[in-house]
Amino acid sequence: MTLLRVEKLSTRFGGLWANRDISFEVENGALLGLIGPNGAGKSTLFGSIAGALRPTSGRLFFDGRDVTGWAPHEATRAGVGRTFQLMRVFASMTVLENLTTAAYVRHRNSGVARRRAERVVEAIGLGPVADAPAAGLTAAWKKRLEMGRALATEPRLILLDEVLSGLTPTEANEAVEIVRRINADGVTIVMVEHVMEVIMPLCDRLVVLHYGQKIAEGEPADVMRDATVVEAYLGKAA
Amino acid sequence: MSQLTSDAATSEQQEPHHSVRRTSWPGWATTALVFGALIAYPFVMQDSAAHNIGILALTYAIAASGWNLLGGYTGQVSFGHALYFGTGAYVTALLVRAGWSPWLAIALSLPVAAALAVVTGYPVFRLRNHYYSIATIAVAEIAFLLVTNTSWLGRSNGLELPITEQSLANLQFSLQDKRPYYFVALALFALAAGGLALFLRGRSGSYVRAIRDDQFAAAAVGIPVHRYKLAAATVSGAVTALAGGFYVMYVLFIDPQSGLGLDLSVSFTLMAVLGGAGRFWGPLLGAWVLVIVQDVTRHEFSGTGRSIDLLIYGALITIVAVTEPGGILALVQRLVKRARRTEATP
Amino acid sequence: MTDLAQAVVNGILIGAVFALVAVGLTLIYGVMDIVNFAHGEMLMLGMYSSFFAWSLFGLDPLVSLPMTGLAIALTGALMYYGVIARVLGKSPLAQIIATFGVQVFLRGLAQFLWTPDTRTVTGPWADDLRIRVAGVVIGGPQLIMAIGAVVTTGAVALFMNRTRTGGAIRAAGEDPSAASLMGINPQRMYALAWVIAGAATGVAGGLLMNGYSSSPTAGVTFVLMAFVVVALGGFGSIAGAAVAGLLVGVAQGVVGLYAPSYTLAAALALYLLVVLVRPQGLLGTR
Repeated sequence: MTLLRVEKLSTRFGGLWANRDISFEVENGALLGLIGPNGAGKSTLFGSIAGALRPTSGRLFFDGRDVTGWAPHEATRAGVGRTFQLMRVFASMTVLENLTTAAYVRHRNSGVARRRAERVVEAIGLGPVADAPAAGLTAAWKKRLEMGRALATEPRLILLDEVLSGLTPTEANEAVEIVRRINADGVTIVMVEHVMEVIMPLCDRLVVLHYGQKIAEGEPADVMRDATVVEAYLGKAA
Repeated sequence: MSQLTSDAATSEQQEPHHSVRRTSWPGWATTALVFGALIAYPFVMQDSAAHNIGILALTYAIAASGWNLLGGYTGQVSFGHALYFGTGAYVTALLVRAGWSPWLAIALSLPVAAALAVVTGYPVFRLRNHYYSIATIAVAEIAFLLVTNTSWLGRSNGLELPITEQSLANLQFSLQDKRPYYFVALALFALAAGGLALFLRGRSGSYVRAIRDDQFAAAAVGIPVHRYKLAAATVSGAVTALAGGFYVMYVLFIDPQSGLGLDLSVSFTLMAVLGGAGRFWGPLLGAWVLVIVQDVTRHEFSGTGRSIDLLIYGALITIVAVTEPGGILALVQRLVKRARRTEATP
Repeated sequence: MTDLAQAVVNGILIGAVFALVAVGLTLIYGVMDIVNFAHGEMLMLGMYSSFFAWSLFGLDPLVSLPMTGLAIALTGALMYYGVIARVLGKSPLAQIIATFGVQVFLRGLAQFLWTPDTRTVTGPWADDLRIRVAGVVIGGPQLIMAIGAVVTTGAVALFMNRTRTGGAIRAAGEDPSAASLMGINPQRMYALAWVIAGAATGVAGGLLMNGYSSSPTAGVTFVLMAFVVVALGGFGSIAGAAVAGLLVGVAQGVVGLYAPSYTLAAALALYLLVVLVRPQGLLGTR
């Protein structure tokens, strides 16, 4: 069953097409990797899906419904969670309070929301820092908090934006485990990532962007052998 | 539905993580202490001048608390909050002059102020915060000019209220013993504080703080940012109008300078910032400090037209912003934490 | 018809000055993402500098322009090192309140030192000039102010876009860490931005004294115009400020012809309109 369908999505900034005619589908329960060289338009695509940007043309379907141009909070209510590449934690709150704030979208009552948040704390191992101010966390903890916060909104689809970059190998492994577990639990994941060694074994499908356009799609092994993909990453010299 | 967050996932596992649970907020102990002190004040200080200071301090504390909800907690800094104070004062004055009960008049001024808050904020709340701040300057300036040029609003001469029979119903008491005024002000402050506390605990409180911290992340976790900014603005405007309505019943006079002036807006901002923006008792503390300072400077530097007030206010605001943006309360908190730490280390 | 033409011409002339008044504000925002709420007071200080150069030393406002520019350039540097540099890493709330505090302080300072009285330069040289073109009268002061404003705005724009230092300032604004890797000191570039903004604002103040009076609240009066211009032109764009300044000037002039007491309301309406329809302004980047 298709959960997310992107149909000829295009976004233009000034004279530049950040996304051009991008189309693909994401099955319910899938773990899709979105890769491509820097500047390929991955964050712009995320922005369009999550409602932070309004695409110039094209359509977006979530759970069969046309949601093109929806607002971010509508997206979250419908079940799309996201993390931010430049971590945006609620600096005046503790980790738990960050999560509770996110849980409120499903539960009005503060006690219930808080309990949900506590469950997320355990689920992704934020226990050691649960009462720490979010502002003082290291980058690794902040990234985990971002994931937890998206999770606390009880999403059906999570957009992970480079949650592995800048982590030590140990931290990265832990993060990968968390991503696997979230996906195993039934949450569909689309992740932007640069770390190839991670993407290959983790994702069941890849979509490759280059200069704003989709140049390849398919299983990781096939995609990485694709000549256009290799060229995009290594340049025409190869 | 993700199993990770369902109850079933952890029912058989170990105890869910129990974090430090803040029992209630703003804290019964502090609340009791604060109101205990406020109730005791007019008995400890017997002279009428001290009572006057208390009445003004409480009145401005209400206004500054209203500012604080929008500015300190939601991050929407208003530079023209006197607009709502003036609305409360002028609407109350007009209705009382027409024969209405002061209480009804004050009550009616609240939704008027709330509507103004919505009108000011609606066009700009979708944007970055400084757009709102600029809009508040513009709207306040226009209101000032409007009132100064409108005859039935008294122009720059202002409006006077008739002296009526002393009673609670008329909100009129003796000027020799000002204590009834003080206790009415205190009751209104309690009312405002209660209303604000209700808004700030639970979901709406978390939501506005999230908006202040990062409105894009806030939207990403499902918060309808525009709607909550408007909600905060509405409550903020109404609370500040309450202060204005009481003020005009106490002073029996209102004019553009005392009700809508730029300096009044500045003082509300200063009171909240000095005491502690984004902290519940900050505005109350700031209001008392400022009213006392004003009283002192008035006696020291009176009558030359060269008021030093603004100079001091500006310096204070800047110093607070640069050294300890959380105001006096944050400073105290920092010192207490440091003291605790030096105690703990052997 | 000539009334309208006159209003439009006057509007264009004053619009050029609005543009210059806005340049400092939009420059700071473009480089540092900070709205200087004390901008109006810097303008006010520029006006007072010009006034005192005249009342104490007999210098015509045009002659004292370099001094006035320098005075407020120094003020800008002082503001940067004294206040802005210390709130750079802090919350947006702290930053807004910091410049707001300086605004109040400067206004209070002016009121304390120089009383609330308005100060006017009587008989500036610009008064002697008067041109008549196709039935439209162009007063000397208006013309001089406009010319001075255009020249200064152009100079700032040229500096920011065509010189190495200007490029360095813009680089520091866009990506401080990358800039420092290239050998640019971001803090020094920020301070320089404040100096330039101060100079432009000081010159604007000096020019304004050819036709306006100064008072402690002069900043409040003009800053709203500055905000409208910056919003319309686009926060951060000098070219945008130039175009927007002219538009706002003309709009003001025309409204002033038919409903003089509503010019301020018209400015607010324009601000809200821009903000609703095109928040990034005509040429804005953020």
